[in-house]
Amino acid sequence: MAVYKRTYTGYSGPTTVSWPRFFILTRYSFGRLFQSRFLVIFLAVCLFYPIGCAGFIYLSHNVKYLTMLRIPAGQLTQVDTRFFYYFCNVQGAMAYLLTALVGPSLISPDLVNGAMPLYFCRPFTRFQYVAGKMCVLLLLLSLVTWIPGLLLFIIESSVTGWDWGWDHFWIGSGLVVGLLVWDFVLSLIALATSAWVKWRIAAGALVLGLFFAGRGFGSAINSVLRTNNGSLIDLVETAHTIWASLLRYDSGTEMSVIDAWIVIGVTSGACVFLLSRRVKAFEVVR
Amino acid sequence: MADTAQVPVIELQGLGVRFGKRQILNDLNISLSGRMVGLLGPNGAGKSTLIQTLLGFCPVSSGTARVLGHDICADAKMVRSLVGYMPENDALIANMTAVSFVRMMGELSGLPSEAALERAHEVLFYVGLGEARYRKLGEYSLGMKQLAKLAQAIVHGPKLLILDEPSNGLDPPARQRMIRLIHEMKDSGEMHLLLCSHLLRDVEETCEEVLILKKGTIVHHANLEEERRANKRFVEIETSGNDEGLCDELERIGCDCATAGPGRYKMTLPAGFELKEIYRMAANRDLQLRRLNYRRDTLEDIFMKAMAD
Repeated sequence: MAVYKRTYTGYSGPTTVSWPRFFILTRYSFGRLFQSRFLVIFLAVCLFYPIGCAGFIYLSHNVKYLTMLRIPAGQLTQVDTRFFYYFCNVQGAMAYLLTALVGPSLISPDLVNGAMPLYFCRPFTRFQYVAGKMCVLLLLLSLVTWIPGLLLFIIESSVTGWDWGWDHFWIGSGLVVGLLVWDFVLSLIALATSAWVKWRIAAGALVLGLFFAGRGFGSAINSVLRTNNGSLIDLVETAHTIWASLLRYDSGTEMSVIDAWIVIGVTSGACVFLLSRRVKAFEVVR
Repeated sequence: MADTAQVPVIELQGLGVRFGKRQILNDLNISLSGRMVGLLGPNGAGKSTLIQTLLGFCPVSSGTARVLGHDICADAKMVRSLVGYMPENDALIANMTAVSFVRMMGELSGLPSEAALERAHEVLFYVGLGEARYRKLGEYSLGMKQLAKLAQAIVHGPKLLILDEPSNGLDPPARQRMIRLIHEMKDSGEMHLLLCSHLLRDVEETCEEVLILKKGTIVHHANLEEERRANKRFVEIETSGNDEGLCDELERIGCDCATAGPGRYKMTLPAGFELKEIYRMAANRDLQLRRLNYRRDTLEDIFMKAMAD
């Protein structure tokens, strides 16, 4: 129907497959997010460290430049598990800040504007809605965490020799799994916060506060009660433990790996529960 | 897909909905087939819950319901793809332009991206927001927001359009525009409409069939067209002059007559009765007939009667 013909006609054209429709939300959310210049600048800043690491790997294997800069080859930091463990720490922290910046604006505007019934009166499920919103964070966080990490691993393998890559395959897989788990947990926390705290700034502050408060209270419990159980509410310590175990690095953490995975599981479960309570077409006013 | 021309639009079979210990809808049984159905009832009657149940938002505690032949529980996805919904409350994404918003809703309903964009432009022009389609929804007036909600509800060409208080908060010209759009969509023959409104005038102007709910049960179901035809048998007359014995004389020729004040009579005419009999009788008695009109039950009468039952 041409635009000038202002009569109602139905739609009889083709329709799309149902399951990938969650990505429509991701696409539109990205469109809105990248209107913010601050976000684009912050995203670029998040890539400074990986670019620096890539430069370091290249330099440390280039005898010509090392000689020119008069740096003895043995004095440079080895590119090993410790190197990648620190990479996880730095990029994990950047991912955390990025989450606090982006996460709160994902679900709360829909709740504030009462848009939920509009999504769910269509052939579009709550799972698809959460998946669509989660993909926004997962893609952004992946861009600053495991993707550059994997690229560094590939660069190191290519300059050292592919045999090194095969021998240290667990570093590559550890990087991907460890940082993906971190991205996943951060995304769930951000979405749950965004679903419950409608005011964007407060939601961002809560995401930041959750980690600081967890770390603070965890340390306080450990000191006062002379125990290690306080670490169970410390998500940063939990992430360090998982990264160290996957990268086979001794970080000196006192938390057991099993406890760390349990904390991740419980946190994810709690976030899913919180999301399921809020992400629905309507609320019953009692 | 079921043949939508044959099957009832909405069919409820012992439908019950419960929130916790509160029974909101109780044993609803009805089959609605009209092109335009009105849903009426006082606050808390269960109108919105019925709509939300049909859309699959509320779990059914007993019975079942079918929309265009599809079970709302077993075939919820199909039901949602056939239905367009315009909610009562503000339900928009403030920082999106109207065209992106309607396009996104079209895509979520299953339209390919390009088709959704084309339809978004079309329906925004159709509802009268063509010139404002690149403005952010947060900047819209209440009337424009209502129209934007209507646009998102029809972007995918639904077979059933559910309108929950579409003229809420609209000024008279905006209300007229909304009623005109509803009429046009009804007359297009491409969709059925379910109109839930507190404004009896809106329902009376547009609907062929009404369903009245009270405390979660159906208290009245009426086909307005049929009721209007049936009510043609009720007549009121006003006379001037000596009307003594008029009532008896009218009853002798088969009318069921009652006095409604000095010189005023209400009567039910028998089948096949012609009005000229009344004129002839008045002429014979040298009686002036000042007024004669059909007394039709308005929707308000029907509604009040249903509420009183």
